[in-house]
Amino acid sequence: MNRTRLSQDPAPAAGTSRFAARTARIPASAGVGFKHTHLDAILDDPDPVGFLEVHAENYMGDGGFPHRALERVRRDFPLSLHGVCMSIGGPQPLSEDHLARFKALVDRYEPGLVSEHLAWSTHDDVFMNDLLPLPYTDETLAHVCDHIDRMQEVIGRQMLLENPSTYVVFENSTMSETDFIREIVHRTGCGLLLDVNNVFVSATNHGFSPLSYLMDYPMEHVGEIHLAGHAVQEDDEGEPLLIDSHDAPVADAVWDLYAIVVRQAGPIPTLIEWDSDLPEWPVLRSEAAAADRILDEAAHSFMMGKSHGKISHAVG
Amino acid sequence: MPSADDIHDLDAVGFRAAILDPARARPQTVTGPHGKQADKRFNVYRNNVTVSLINALADTFPAVQRITGESFFRDMAREFVRAHPPVSPLLFLYGHEFPAFVADFEHAARMPYLADVARVERAWLTAYHAADLEPLAPQALAAIDPACLADVTFRPHPAAALVRSGFAVFDIFDANRSQDTVGRIDAARAQSVLVTRPGTEIMVTALPDGHDAFFERLLSGGTLGEAAEAGMEAAETFDINEAIGGILSTGAFIAAETAQ
Repeated sequence: MNRTRLSQDPAPAAGTSRFAARTARIPASAGVGFKHTHLDAILDDPDPVGFLEVHAENYMGDGGFPHRALERVRRDFPLSLHGVCMSIGGPQPLSEDHLARFKALVDRYEPGLVSEHLAWSTHDDVFMNDLLPLPYTDETLAHVCDHIDRMQEVIGRQMLLENPSTYVVFENSTMSETDFIREIVHRTGCGLLLDVNNVFVSATNHGFSPLSYLMDYPMEHVGEIHLAGHAVQEDDEGEPLLIDSHDAPVADAVWDLYAIVVRQAGPIPTLIEWDSDLPEWPVLRSEAAAADRILDEAAHSFMMGKSHGKISHAVG
Repeated sequence: MPSADDIHDLDAVGFRAAILDPARARPQTVTGPHGKQADKRFNVYRNNVTVSLINALADTFPAVQRITGESFFRDMAREFVRAHPPVSPLLFLYGHEFPAFVADFEHAARMPYLADVARVERAWLTAYHAADLEPLAPQALAAIDPACLADVTFRPHPAAALVRSGFAVFDIFDANRSQDTVGRIDAARAQSVLVTRPGTEIMVTALPDGHDAFFERLLSGGTLGEAAEAGMEAAETFDINEAIGGILSTGAFIAAETAQ
Protein backbone atom coordinates (compact mmCIF):
# COMPACT_ATOMS: atom_id res chain seq x y z
CA MET A 1 0.00 0.00 0.00
CA ASN A 2 1.43 3.37 -0.97
CA ARG A 3 0.71 5.48 2.06
CA THR A 4 2.96 8.36 1.08
CA ARG A 5 0.70 9.03 -1.79
CA LEU A 6 -2.29 9.39 0.50
CA SER A 7 -0.60 11.96 2.72
CA GLN A 8 0.78 14.00 -0.18
CA ASP A 9 -2.64 14.93 -1.47
CA PRO A 10 -3.73 18.44 -0.52
CA ALA A 11 -6.73 18.87 1.73
CA PRO A 12 -9.89 20.03 -0.04
CA ALA A 13 -10.56 23.76 0.02
CA ALA A 14 -12.78 24.88 2.85
CA GLY A 15 -16.27 26.11 2.11
CA THR A 16 -16.79 24.05 -1.04
CA SER A 17 -18.03 20.54 -1.60
CA ARG A 18 -15.26 18.14 -0.72
CA PHE A 19 -15.56 16.48 -4.09
CA ALA A 20 -15.60 17.87 -7.60
CA ALA A 21 -19.05 18.06 -9.17
CA ARG A 22 -17.91 15.93 -12.10
CA THR A 23 -17.34 13.00 -9.75
CA ALA A 24 -20.78 13.09 -8.17
CA ARG A 25 -23.06 11.51 -10.74
CA ILE A 26 -22.65 7.82 -11.61
CA PRO A 27 -22.22 7.44 -15.39
CA ALA A 28 -23.95 4.69 -17.36
CA SER A 29 -20.68 2.80 -17.60
CA ALA A 30 -18.95 -0.01 -15.74
CA GLY A 31 -17.60 0.30 -12.20
CA VAL A 32 -16.08 -2.08 -9.69
CA GLY A 33 -16.32 -2.82 -5.99
CA PHE A 34 -13.43 -0.95 -4.32
CA LYS A 35 -10.96 -3.09 -2.37
CA HIS A 36 -7.99 -1.55 -0.56
CA THR A 37 -5.55 -3.99 -2.19
CA HIS A 38 -6.40 -2.39 -5.54
CA LEU A 39 -6.00 1.23 -4.36
CA ASP A 40 -2.73 2.07 -6.13
CA ALA A 41 -3.66 0.16 -9.29
CA ILE A 42 -6.98 2.02 -9.49
CA LEU A 43 -5.28 5.40 -9.10
CA ASP A 44 -2.54 4.50 -11.62
CA ASP A 45 -4.81 2.98 -14.28
CA PRO A 46 -4.56 5.11 -17.46
CA ASP A 47 -8.06 3.91 -18.41
CA PRO A 48 -10.02 4.54 -15.20
CA VAL A 49 -13.22 2.66 -14.42
CA GLY A 50 -16.48 4.64 -14.50
CA PHE A 51 -17.18 4.52 -10.76
CA LEU A 52 -16.41 2.69 -7.53
CA GLU A 53 -18.79 1.10 -5.07
CA VAL A 54 -18.14 0.33 -1.40
CA HIS A 55 -19.95 -1.62 1.26
CA ALA A 56 -21.14 1.05 3.69
CA GLU A 57 -20.41 -1.00 6.82
CA ASN A 58 -16.67 -1.16 6.05
CA TYR A 59 -16.50 2.62 6.49
CA MET A 60 -18.50 2.96 9.68
CA GLY A 61 -15.40 3.11 11.88
CA ASP A 62 -14.40 6.47 13.35
CA GLY A 63 -11.23 7.00 11.32
CA GLY A 64 -7.96 5.45 10.21
CA PHE A 65 -6.83 4.03 6.90
CA PRO A 66 -10.28 3.07 5.48
CA HIS A 67 -11.45 6.68 5.49
CA ARG A 68 -8.09 7.95 4.10
CA ALA A 69 -8.38 5.47 1.23
CA LEU A 70 -12.03 6.28 0.51
CA GLU A 71 -11.42 10.05 0.61
CA ARG A 72 -8.57 9.58 -1.84
CA VAL A 73 -10.51 7.59 -4.45
CA ARG A 74 -13.61 9.73 -3.92
CA ARG A 75 -11.71 12.73 -5.23
CA ASP A 76 -11.17 10.99 -8.58
CA PHE A 77 -14.20 8.74 -8.92
CA PRO A 78 -17.98 8.85 -8.57
CA LEU A 79 -19.00 6.69 -5.64
CA SER A 80 -21.89 4.31 -5.08
CA LEU A 81 -22.71 3.46 -1.46
CA HIS A 82 -24.02 -0.09 -1.05
CA GLY A 83 -25.47 -1.11 2.31
CA VAL A 84 -25.27 -4.77 3.26
CA CYS A 85 -26.56 -4.93 6.82
CA MET A 86 -29.65 -2.69 7.15
CA SER A 87 -31.89 -5.78 7.47
CA ILE A 88 -34.71 -4.15 5.51
CA GLY A 89 -36.47 -7.50 5.03
CA GLY A 90 -36.74 -8.34 8.73
CA PRO A 91 -39.76 -7.91 10.99
CA GLN A 92 -38.10 -5.55 13.47
CA PRO A 93 -37.82 -1.78 13.01
CA LEU A 94 -34.51 -0.68 11.48
CA SER A 95 -31.74 0.15 13.93
CA GLU A 96 -31.74 3.92 14.43
CA ASP A 97 -28.02 3.72 15.30
CA HIS A 98 -27.29 2.02 12.00
CA LEU A 99 -29.44 4.52 10.11
CA ALA A 100 -27.53 7.40 11.72
CA ARG A 101 -24.19 5.84 10.76
CA PHE A 102 -25.45 5.33 7.21
CA LYS A 103 -26.65 8.92 6.93
CA ALA A 104 -23.28 10.18 8.20
CA LEU A 105 -21.57 8.34 5.32
CA VAL A 106 -24.03 9.72 2.77
CA ASP A 107 -23.39 13.25 4.06
CA ARG A 108 -19.62 12.81 4.18
CA TYR A 109 -18.98 11.12 0.83
CA GLU A 110 -21.88 12.42 -1.31
CA PRO A 111 -22.42 9.15 -3.22
CA GLY A 112 -24.12 9.24 -6.62
CA LEU A 113 -26.15 6.13 -5.79
CA VAL A 114 -27.29 4.53 -2.54
CA SER A 115 -28.57 0.96 -2.36
CA GLU A 116 -29.60 -1.82 0.01
CA HIS A 117 -30.93 -5.39 -0.17
CA LEU A 118 -34.31 -7.08 -0.12
CA ALA A 119 -33.12 -9.38 2.69
CA TRP A 120 -32.61 -9.50 6.43
CA SER A 121 -29.58 -10.19 8.63
CA THR A 122 -30.31 -8.99 12.17
CA HIS A 123 -32.96 -10.28 14.55
CA ASP A 124 -33.15 -9.80 18.33
CA ASP A 125 -29.76 -8.11 18.17
CA VAL A 126 -28.01 -11.12 16.67
CA PHE A 127 -26.27 -10.26 13.41
CA MET A 128 -26.11 -13.22 11.01
CA ASN A 129 -23.73 -11.69 8.43
CA ASP A 130 -25.67 -13.08 5.47
CA LEU A 131 -28.49 -11.88 3.23
CA LEU A 132 -31.36 -14.03 4.47
CA PRO A 133 -34.60 -14.57 2.50
CA LEU A 134 -38.17 -13.65 3.37
CA PRO A 135 -41.61 -14.86 2.25
CA TYR A 136 -43.54 -12.56 -0.07
CA THR A 137 -46.83 -11.75 1.67
CA ASP A 138 -48.97 -8.68 2.41
CA GLU A 139 -47.48 -8.58 5.88
CA THR A 140 -43.81 -8.72 4.88
CA LEU A 141 -44.56 -6.21 2.11
CA ALA A 142 -45.88 -3.75 4.69
CA HIS A 143 -42.78 -4.19 6.85
CA VAL A 144 -40.36 -3.76 3.96
CA CYS A 145 -42.17 -0.63 2.75
CA ASP A 146 -42.12 0.87 6.26
CA HIS A 147 -38.38 0.20 6.44
CA ILE A 148 -37.62 1.72 3.05
CA ASP A 149 -39.77 4.75 3.89
CA ARG A 150 -37.77 5.19 7.08
CA MET A 151 -34.41 4.79 5.38
CA GLN A 152 -35.26 7.26 2.60
CA GLU A 153 -36.56 9.68 5.21
CA VAL A 154 -33.35 9.51 7.26
CA ILE A 155 -30.91 9.80 4.35
CA GLY A 156 -33.10 12.36 2.60
CA ARG A 157 -32.88 10.76 -0.83
CA GLN A 158 -33.97 7.84 -2.96
CA MET A 159 -32.43 4.42 -2.42
CA LEU A 160 -32.21 1.49 -4.83
CA LEU A 161 -33.42 -1.92 -3.66
CA GLU A 162 -31.53 -5.02 -4.83
CA ASN A 163 -33.30 -8.28 -5.74
CA PRO A 164 -31.90 -11.23 -3.75
CA SER A 165 -30.36 -14.55 -4.72
CA THR A 166 -32.11 -17.30 -2.76
CA TYR A 167 -31.68 -21.01 -2.04
CA VAL A 168 -35.07 -21.80 -0.45
CA VAL A 169 -38.67 -20.73 -0.98
CA PHE A 170 -41.45 -20.16 1.56
CA GLU A 171 -44.69 -22.15 1.50
CA ASN A 172 -46.55 -19.13 2.83
CA SER A 173 -45.51 -16.73 0.03
CA THR A 174 -48.60 -15.37 -1.71
CA MET A 175 -47.00 -13.36 -4.51
CA SER A 176 -44.10 -13.56 -6.92
CA GLU A 177 -40.83 -11.74 -6.23
CA THR A 178 -41.38 -9.42 -9.20
CA ASP A 179 -44.92 -8.52 -8.03
CA PHE A 180 -43.54 -7.92 -4.55
CA ILE A 181 -40.77 -5.67 -5.86
CA ARG A 182 -43.12 -3.77 -8.19
CA GLU A 183 -45.47 -3.04 -5.30
CA ILE A 184 -42.56 -1.82 -3.13
CA VAL A 185 -41.53 0.63 -5.86
CA HIS A 186 -45.14 1.79 -6.20
CA ARG A 187 -45.58 2.37 -2.46
CA THR A 188 -42.17 3.82 -1.51
CA GLY A 189 -40.87 5.50 -4.65
CA CYS A 190 -37.55 3.70 -4.27
CA GLY A 191 -35.53 2.74 -7.34
CA LEU A 192 -34.10 -0.69 -8.15
CA LEU A 193 -30.71 -2.28 -8.33
CA LEU A 194 -31.07 -5.21 -10.70
CA ASP A 195 -28.57 -7.94 -9.86
CA VAL A 196 -28.53 -10.05 -13.02
CA ASN A 197 -26.43 -12.77 -11.42
CA ASN A 198 -28.97 -13.02 -8.60
CA VAL A 199 -31.75 -13.46 -11.15
CA PHE A 200 -29.80 -16.26 -12.82
CA VAL A 201 -28.90 -17.91 -9.50
CA SER A 202 -32.48 -17.84 -8.19
CA ALA A 203 -33.92 -18.94 -11.54
CA THR A 204 -31.61 -21.95 -11.66
CA ASN A 205 -32.19 -22.80 -8.01
CA HIS A 206 -35.96 -22.54 -8.23
CA GLY A 207 -36.55 -23.79 -11.75
CA PHE A 208 -37.98 -20.71 -13.43
CA SER A 209 -36.91 -18.88 -16.58
CA PRO A 210 -34.66 -15.88 -15.95
CA LEU A 211 -36.09 -14.21 -19.05
CA SER A 212 -39.65 -14.55 -17.73
CA TYR A 213 -38.48 -12.92 -14.50
CA LEU A 214 -36.87 -10.05 -16.42
CA MET A 215 -40.03 -9.61 -18.51
CA ASP A 216 -42.02 -9.17 -15.30
CA TYR A 217 -39.43 -6.92 -13.68
CA PRO A 218 -40.19 -3.16 -13.54
CA MET A 219 -37.16 -2.32 -15.68
CA GLU A 220 -38.02 1.37 -15.97
CA HIS A 221 -37.08 1.84 -12.29
CA VAL A 222 -33.61 0.29 -12.51
CA GLY A 223 -30.86 2.76 -11.59
CA GLU A 224 -27.98 0.29 -11.37
CA ILE A 225 -27.05 -3.25 -12.39
CA HIS A 226 -24.85 -5.72 -10.48
CA LEU A 227 -22.87 -8.53 -12.10
CA ALA A 228 -20.89 -11.15 -10.19
CA GLY A 229 -19.57 -14.67 -10.34
CA HIS A 230 -21.28 -17.64 -8.72
CA ALA A 231 -20.29 -21.11 -7.55
CA VAL A 232 -22.02 -24.39 -8.42
CA GLN A 233 -23.11 -26.93 -5.80
CA GLU A 234 -25.83 -29.59 -5.77
CA ASP A 235 -29.27 -29.47 -4.17
CA ASP A 236 -30.92 -32.31 -2.22
CA GLU A 237 -31.92 -34.00 -5.49
CA GLY A 238 -28.42 -33.77 -6.98
CA GLU A 239 -29.34 -30.97 -9.37
CA PRO A 240 -27.33 -27.73 -9.71
CA LEU A 241 -27.67 -25.29 -6.82
CA LEU A 242 -25.93 -21.99 -7.57
CA ILE A 243 -24.29 -19.99 -4.78
CA ASP A 244 -23.95 -16.21 -5.04
CA SER A 245 -20.28 -16.32 -4.06
CA HIS A 246 -18.78 -13.16 -5.65
CA ASP A 247 -15.45 -14.98 -5.98
CA ALA A 248 -15.16 -15.63 -9.71
CA PRO A 249 -15.58 -14.05 -13.16
CA VAL A 250 -19.12 -13.35 -14.37
CA ALA A 251 -20.58 -16.49 -16.00
CA ASP A 252 -21.30 -16.52 -19.75
CA ALA A 253 -25.02 -17.09 -19.20
CA VAL A 254 -25.12 -13.98 -16.98
CA TRP A 255 -23.30 -11.90 -19.60
CA ASP A 256 -25.92 -13.03 -22.14
CA LEU A 257 -28.79 -12.01 -19.86
CA TYR A 258 -27.06 -8.70 -19.14
CA ALA A 259 -26.73 -7.95 -22.84
CA ILE A 260 -30.45 -8.60 -23.30
CA VAL A 261 -31.29 -6.28 -20.40
CA VAL A 262 -29.23 -3.30 -21.57
CA ARG A 263 -30.21 -3.77 -25.20
CA GLN A 264 -33.82 -3.36 -24.10
CA ALA A 265 -33.52 -0.92 -21.22
CA GLY A 266 -30.59 1.15 -22.48
CA PRO A 267 -27.24 1.85 -20.80
CA ILE A 268 -27.36 1.66 -16.99
CA PRO A 269 -24.47 2.03 -14.46
CA THR A 270 -23.12 -1.50 -14.04
CA LEU A 271 -21.02 -2.82 -11.19
CA ILE A 272 -18.71 -5.84 -11.23
CA GLU A 273 -18.80 -7.32 -7.71
CA TRP A 274 -15.84 -9.43 -6.59
CA ASP A 275 -15.64 -9.78 -2.81
CA SER A 276 -13.51 -12.83 -2.00
CA ASP A 277 -10.58 -14.66 -3.61
CA LEU A 278 -9.77 -11.23 -5.01
CA PRO A 279 -8.03 -11.22 -8.39
CA GLU A 280 -5.18 -8.98 -9.50
CA TRP A 281 -6.43 -5.59 -10.71
CA PRO A 282 -6.09 -6.33 -14.48
CA VAL A 283 -8.49 -9.29 -14.14
CA LEU A 284 -11.14 -7.19 -12.42
CA ARG A 285 -10.50 -4.32 -14.84
CA SER A 286 -11.07 -6.61 -17.82
CA GLU A 287 -14.45 -7.70 -16.40
CA ALA A 288 -15.45 -4.03 -16.25
CA ALA A 289 -14.17 -3.54 -19.81
CA ALA A 290 -16.35 -6.42 -20.98
CA ALA A 291 -19.39 -4.75 -19.42
CA ASP A 292 -18.41 -1.45 -21.07
CA ARG A 293 -18.34 -3.10 -24.50
CA ILE A 294 -21.89 -4.38 -24.00
CA LEU A 295 -22.98 -0.96 -22.71
CA ASP A 296 -21.43 0.75 -25.76
CA GLU A 297 -23.32 -1.55 -28.12
CA ALA A 298 -26.50 -0.90 -26.16
CA ALA A 299 -25.94 2.87 -26.27
CA HIS A 300 -25.54 2.63 -30.03
CA SER A 301 -28.69 0.61 -30.66
CA PHE A 302 -30.56 2.65 -28.05
CA MET A 303 -29.70 5.80 -29.99
CA MET A 304 -30.97 4.09 -33.11
CA GLY A 305 -34.37 3.75 -31.45
CA LYS A 306 -34.45 0.02 -30.94
CA SER A 307 -35.41 0.22 -27.30
CA HIS A 308 -38.75 -1.10 -26.20
CA GLY A 309 -38.23 -0.70 -22.48
CA LYS A 310 -39.48 -4.25 -21.93
CA ILE A 311 -37.86 -7.61 -22.31
CA SER A 312 -39.69 -9.42 -25.12
CA HIS A 313 -39.99 -13.13 -25.79
CA ALA A 314 -38.31 -12.71 -29.16
CA VAL A 315 -34.88 -12.35 -27.60
CA GLY A 316 -32.96 -15.33 -26.23
CA MET B 1 -49.47 -13.03 24.44
CA PRO B 2 -47.56 -13.07 21.16
CA SER B 3 -45.80 -9.86 20.17
CA ALA B 4 -46.07 -8.39 16.70
CA ASP B 5 -42.79 -10.13 15.82
CA ASP B 6 -44.13 -13.56 16.69
CA ILE B 7 -46.89 -13.37 14.11
CA HIS B 8 -44.72 -11.96 11.33
CA ASP B 9 -44.94 -14.18 8.28
CA LEU B 10 -41.20 -14.44 8.37
CA ASP B 11 -40.41 -16.79 11.21
CA ALA B 12 -37.19 -14.90 11.97
CA VAL B 13 -36.81 -16.42 15.44
CA GLY B 14 -37.01 -19.97 14.10
CA PHE B 15 -34.77 -19.15 11.16
CA ARG B 16 -32.13 -17.57 13.36
CA ALA B 17 -32.19 -20.39 15.92
CA ALA B 18 -31.81 -23.06 13.23
CA ILE B 19 -28.93 -21.23 11.57
CA LEU B 20 -26.88 -21.06 14.75
CA ASP B 21 -27.76 -24.58 15.93
CA PRO B 22 -27.40 -27.31 13.27
CA ALA B 23 -29.33 -29.74 15.51
CA ARG B 24 -32.48 -27.62 15.26
CA ALA B 25 -35.05 -28.04 12.51
CA ARG B 26 -35.58 -25.12 10.16
CA PRO B 27 -38.92 -23.25 10.13
CA GLN B 28 -41.67 -25.40 8.56
CA THR B 29 -42.49 -22.78 5.96
CA VAL B 30 -38.99 -23.02 4.47
CA THR B 31 -38.94 -25.49 1.58
CA GLY B 32 -37.56 -26.23 -1.87
CA PRO B 33 -39.38 -25.25 -5.10
CA HIS B 34 -41.89 -27.62 -6.74
CA GLY B 35 -41.94 -29.99 -3.77
CA LYS B 36 -38.15 -30.36 -3.65
CA GLN B 37 -36.32 -31.05 -0.38
CA ALA B 38 -34.54 -28.20 1.35
CA ASP B 39 -31.99 -29.68 3.75
CA LYS B 40 -28.96 -28.86 1.62
CA ARG B 41 -30.60 -25.61 0.55
CA PHE B 42 -31.07 -24.40 4.12
CA ASN B 43 -27.55 -25.53 4.94
CA VAL B 44 -26.25 -22.98 2.43
CA TYR B 45 -27.41 -20.26 4.83
CA ARG B 46 -25.99 -22.07 7.86
CA ASN B 47 -22.71 -22.41 6.04
CA ASN B 48 -22.63 -18.81 4.77
CA VAL B 49 -23.22 -17.42 8.26
CA THR B 50 -20.76 -19.68 10.07
CA VAL B 51 -17.99 -19.58 7.49
CA SER B 52 -18.18 -15.82 6.96
CA LEU B 53 -17.91 -15.21 10.71
CA ILE B 54 -15.02 -17.67 11.05
CA ASN B 55 -13.34 -15.85 8.15
CA ALA B 56 -13.88 -12.53 9.92
CA LEU B 57 -12.14 -13.93 13.01
CA ALA B 58 -9.30 -15.32 10.87
CA ASP B 59 -8.84 -11.83 9.36
CA THR B 60 -8.78 -10.25 12.82
CA PHE B 61 -6.51 -12.84 14.47
CA PRO B 62 -3.98 -13.92 11.78
CA ALA B 63 -1.11 -14.48 14.26
CA VAL B 64 -3.31 -16.70 16.44
CA GLN B 65 -4.24 -18.69 13.34
CA ARG B 66 -0.61 -19.00 12.26
CA ILE B 67 0.34 -20.32 15.71
CA THR B 68 -2.48 -22.87 15.97
CA GLY B 69 -2.65 -23.86 12.31
CA GLU B 70 -5.71 -23.25 10.15
CA SER B 71 -7.77 -26.31 11.00
CA PHE B 72 -7.33 -25.90 14.78
CA PHE B 73 -8.18 -22.21 14.49
CA ARG B 74 -11.32 -22.79 12.46
CA ASP B 75 -12.60 -25.45 14.88
CA MET B 76 -12.00 -23.08 17.80
CA ALA B 77 -13.57 -20.15 15.94
CA ARG B 78 -16.64 -22.22 15.01
CA GLU B 79 -17.29 -22.93 18.68
CA PHE B 80 -16.81 -19.25 19.47
CA VAL B 81 -19.20 -18.14 16.71
CA ARG B 82 -21.96 -20.42 18.05
CA ALA B 83 -21.40 -19.30 21.65
CA HIS B 84 -20.94 -15.59 20.83
CA PRO B 85 -22.66 -14.58 17.59
CA PRO B 86 -22.10 -10.91 16.72
CA VAL B 87 -24.49 -8.34 18.15
CA SER B 88 -23.46 -5.55 15.77
CA PRO B 89 -23.50 -5.48 11.97
CA LEU B 90 -20.05 -3.86 12.16
CA LEU B 91 -17.76 -6.88 12.00
CA PHE B 92 -14.70 -4.86 12.97
CA LEU B 93 -16.28 -4.72 16.42
CA TYR B 94 -16.57 -8.52 16.56
CA GLY B 95 -14.38 -10.77 18.70
CA HIS B 96 -13.79 -8.74 21.86
CA GLU B 97 -14.73 -11.89 23.83
CA PHE B 98 -12.44 -14.07 21.71
CA PRO B 99 -9.26 -13.69 23.85
CA ALA B 100 -11.13 -14.78 27.00
CA PHE B 101 -12.70 -17.65 25.04
CA VAL B 102 -9.23 -18.73 23.87
CA ALA B 103 -7.93 -18.55 27.45
CA ASP B 104 -10.64 -21.01 28.54
CA PHE B 105 -10.46 -23.21 25.43
CA GLU B 106 -9.40 -26.61 26.72
CA HIS B 107 -7.57 -27.72 23.59
CA ALA B 108 -5.41 -24.56 23.65
CA ALA B 109 -4.19 -25.14 27.21
CA ARG B 110 -0.72 -26.06 25.92
CA MET B 111 -0.44 -22.55 24.42
CA PRO B 112 -1.00 -20.35 27.48
CA TYR B 113 0.31 -17.27 25.61
CA LEU B 114 -2.34 -17.57 22.88
CA ALA B 115 -5.01 -15.45 24.60
CA ASP B 116 -2.55 -12.56 25.09
CA VAL B 117 -1.59 -12.67 21.40
CA ALA B 118 -5.33 -12.49 20.64
CA ARG B 119 -5.61 -9.45 22.93
CA VAL B 120 -2.88 -7.67 20.96
CA GLU B 121 -4.57 -8.52 17.64
CA ARG B 122 -7.98 -7.32 18.86
CA ALA B 123 -6.35 -4.08 20.05
CA TRP B 124 -4.66 -3.76 16.65
CA LEU B 125 -8.03 -3.80 14.84
CA THR B 126 -9.51 -1.28 17.26
CA ALA B 127 -6.55 1.01 16.60
CA TYR B 128 -6.98 0.56 12.81
CA HIS B 129 -10.51 2.03 12.92
CA ALA B 130 -10.00 4.53 15.77
CA ALA B 131 -10.77 8.23 15.33
CA ASP B 132 -8.15 10.44 13.70
CA LEU B 133 -6.86 12.49 16.61
CA GLU B 134 -3.53 14.29 16.90
CA PRO B 135 -1.32 12.82 19.62
CA LEU B 136 -0.10 15.02 22.45
CA ALA B 137 2.59 17.40 21.18
CA PRO B 138 5.91 17.72 23.06
CA GLN B 139 5.31 21.48 23.38
CA ALA B 140 2.08 20.86 25.28
CA LEU B 141 4.00 18.91 27.88
CA ALA B 142 6.87 21.42 27.95
CA ALA B 143 4.41 24.25 28.62
CA ILE B 144 3.34 22.75 31.94
CA ASP B 145 4.83 24.29 35.10
CA PRO B 146 7.39 21.70 36.36
CA ALA B 147 6.01 22.16 39.89
CA CYS B 148 2.62 20.81 38.69
CA LEU B 149 4.01 17.97 36.57
CA ALA B 150 3.42 15.22 39.13
CA ASP B 151 -0.30 16.05 39.20
CA VAL B 152 -0.80 15.96 35.43
CA THR B 153 -3.22 13.40 33.99
CA PHE B 154 -3.46 12.37 30.34
CA ARG B 155 -6.42 11.79 28.06
CA PRO B 156 -5.89 8.50 26.15
CA HIS B 157 -5.97 8.37 22.36
CA PRO B 158 -8.87 6.09 21.29
CA ALA B 159 -6.37 3.80 19.53
CA ALA B 160 -4.25 3.23 22.65
CA ALA B 161 -4.36 -0.14 24.41
CA LEU B 162 -2.03 -1.91 26.82
CA VAL B 163 -1.64 -5.69 26.94
CA ARG B 164 0.34 -6.91 29.97
CA SER B 165 1.45 -10.50 29.68
CA GLY B 166 3.41 -13.13 31.57
CA PHE B 167 4.66 -14.40 28.21
CA ALA B 168 6.75 -13.07 25.34
CA VAL B 169 3.65 -11.65 23.70
CA PHE B 170 5.49 -9.05 21.61
CA ASP B 171 8.00 -11.52 20.17
CA ILE B 172 5.27 -14.07 19.44
CA PHE B 173 2.92 -11.50 17.88
CA ASP B 174 5.67 -9.87 15.83
CA ALA B 175 7.11 -13.12 14.49
CA ASN B 176 3.70 -14.53 13.55
CA ARG B 177 2.51 -11.37 11.83
CA SER B 178 5.48 -11.36 9.47
CA GLN B 179 5.88 -13.58 6.43
CA ASP B 180 9.25 -14.89 7.66
CA THR B 181 9.90 -18.23 9.25
CA VAL B 182 9.33 -18.05 12.99
CA GLY B 183 12.59 -18.73 14.84
CA ARG B 184 12.91 -19.98 18.39
CA ILE B 185 11.13 -17.77 20.94
CA ASP B 186 11.49 -17.99 24.69
CA ALA B 187 7.76 -17.79 25.43
CA ALA B 188 8.26 -17.61 29.20
CA ARG B 189 9.92 -14.18 29.03
CA ALA B 190 7.26 -11.74 30.29
CA GLN B 191 6.55 -8.84 27.94
CA SER B 192 3.98 -6.10 27.73
CA VAL B 193 2.82 -4.33 24.62
CA LEU B 194 1.40 -0.88 23.92
CA VAL B 195 -0.72 -0.57 20.76
CA THR B 196 -1.13 2.99 19.39
CA ARG B 197 -1.79 4.79 16.13
CA PRO B 198 -0.03 8.17 16.06
CA GLY B 199 -0.93 8.68 12.35
CA THR B 200 -2.33 6.18 9.87
CA GLU B 201 0.24 3.53 10.80
CA ILE B 202 -0.35 1.29 13.79
CA MET B 203 2.54 1.07 16.26
CA VAL B 204 3.04 -1.99 18.46
CA THR B 205 5.67 -1.24 21.12
CA ALA B 206 7.33 -3.71 23.48
CA LEU B 207 7.57 -1.82 26.75
CA PRO B 208 10.72 -1.77 28.92
CA ASP B 209 10.37 -3.14 32.47
CA GLY B 210 8.24 -0.94 34.67
CA HIS B 211 6.69 0.94 31.73
CA ASP B 212 3.71 -1.41 31.69
CA ALA B 213 2.83 -0.41 35.28
CA PHE B 214 3.48 3.24 34.33
CA PHE B 215 1.20 3.23 31.27
CA GLU B 216 -1.48 1.21 32.99
CA ARG B 217 -1.73 3.87 35.68
CA LEU B 218 -1.83 6.71 33.13
CA LEU B 219 -4.37 4.99 30.86
CA SER B 220 -6.71 4.47 33.81
CA GLY B 221 -6.58 8.18 34.71
CA GLY B 222 -3.76 8.21 37.28
CA THR B 223 -1.42 11.19 37.65
CA LEU B 224 2.12 11.26 36.28
CA GLY B 225 3.39 11.12 39.87
CA GLU B 226 1.34 8.00 40.66
CA ALA B 227 2.41 6.39 37.39
CA ALA B 228 6.11 7.11 38.07
CA GLU B 229 5.75 5.57 41.50
CA ALA B 230 4.10 2.47 40.03
CA GLY B 231 6.91 2.22 37.46
CA MET B 232 9.66 2.49 40.06
CA GLU B 233 7.95 -0.05 42.26
CA ALA B 234 7.72 -2.49 39.35
CA ALA B 235 11.33 -2.19 38.16
CA GLU B 236 14.54 -0.84 39.64
CA THR B 237 15.71 0.16 36.18
CA PHE B 238 12.65 2.38 35.59
CA ASP B 239 13.66 5.78 34.21
CA ILE B 240 11.05 8.55 34.33
CA ASN B 241 12.59 10.54 31.48
CA GLU B 242 12.56 7.50 29.22
CA ALA B 243 8.93 6.87 30.24
CA ILE B 244 7.89 10.45 29.41
CA GLY B 245 9.69 10.03 26.09
CA GLY B 246 7.49 6.97 25.55
CA ILE B 247 4.34 9.02 26.18
CA LEU B 248 5.32 11.28 23.29
CA SER B 249 6.82 8.75 20.87
CA THR B 250 3.92 6.27 21.01
CA GLY B 251 1.14 8.85 20.66
CA ALA B 252 -0.85 7.08 23.37
CA PHE B 253 -2.43 10.31 24.62
CA ILE B 254 -4.13 13.31 23.07
CA ALA B 255 -4.00 15.84 25.92
CA ALA B 256 -2.31 16.58 29.23
CA GLU B 257 -4.52 18.03 31.93
CA THR B 258 -3.47 19.76 35.11
CA ALA B 259 -5.62 19.29 38.19
CA GLN B 260 -7.24 22.41 39.63
